[in-house]
Amino acid sequence: MPTNIPVVENILNANDRLAQENQARIDAAGVFSINIIASPGAGKTSLIEQTLPLLKDKLRVAVVDGDIATSIDADRAAQAGALASIQVNTGGDCHLDAVMLRGALEQLDLTQFDLLIVENVGNLVCPANFKLGTHKTVLVASVPEGDDKPYKYPGTYRGVDALIINKVDLLPYVNFRMDYFQQGVQVLNPGVTTFPLSCRTGEGLAAWVGWLVQNAKK
Amino acid sequence: MHELPVTQSILKIALDHAEKANAQRITALNIVMGELSSMVDDSIQFYWEIVARDTIAEKATLNFRRVPAELQCMTCFHKYHPTDKELVCPQCGGVGAKIIAGEEFALESIDVE
Repeated sequence: MPTNIPVVENILNANDRLAQENQARIDAAGVFSINIIASPGAGKTSLIEQTLPLLKDKLRVAVVDGDIATSIDADRAAQAGALASIQVNTGGDCHLDAVMLRGALEQLDLTQFDLLIVENVGNLVCPANFKLGTHKTVLVASVPEGDDKPYKYPGTYRGVDALIINKVDLLPYVNFRMDYFQQGVQVLNPGVTTFPLSCRTGEGLAAWVGWLVQNAKK
Repeated sequence: MHELPVTQSILKIALDHAEKANAQRITALNIVMGELSSMVDDSIQFYWEIVARDTIAEKATLNFRRVPAELQCMTCFHKYHPTDKELVCPQCGGVGAKIIAGEEFALESIDVE
């Protein structure tokens, strides 16, 4: 006769514990860290590319780039002025997890930096479930993706600390209802810090960069 | 795709608890899975047969208890099930809701012999 043993353990606990260790390590070095998540093509790498030159002489930045394969993104970050850029290939996995970030942190002397930017794998579902131990999660949405994304990915939109709406220069050309999009965001994440911007024209980047500097200097 | 490490994690939690209870065999795992947890039970089942092989949980059944998403409006406190087209409160049209159910992803209990 089988006996029932209560367990009630969150299955992602192991990852969450490692994430806490990562955060302790980042905190000890006095670094501000962000985890950038988005769907593929929303402009994560372009955002980093456009942001780094604006942070020159303000913050020392390290970038950790997660991708299923290739080092294209890490190379782009290095070229744009990251003092260190580490590529993490997930080998097919759809997201970075705390173990992978720990591996990357071990390759960095964190005391040499003010800001750590982690670029997650392009994916709107899985990265939301796997904490890394960064201070803030930033979601990059983009106008051509459509205005229904908050409705389709509530778990992702709910859990973020800042929201970038990229490619606003395309608003006149696509059917993106900003009010419908914002309404979806506001249901789940009322008052979330939002930065409408365009990596192509540079519009709106100053406010975003200001937010990074302000958080990193705290 | 992330269900493989997740399934390994489920196995580890189950084996740890079975060992503490001096169990010979795990016959069932009772998993609670919220609608918003973005986990796929078929996929966990598939990996389970691989990762549990040659362990005391090899023949265990996976039981999934699914929990629908439930939001509570912070304006009128009405509780509702969101759809993929509409998130605002159907009663008062308010925005700013709290997720009160649907994010669970936990191993609730195991059945052992």
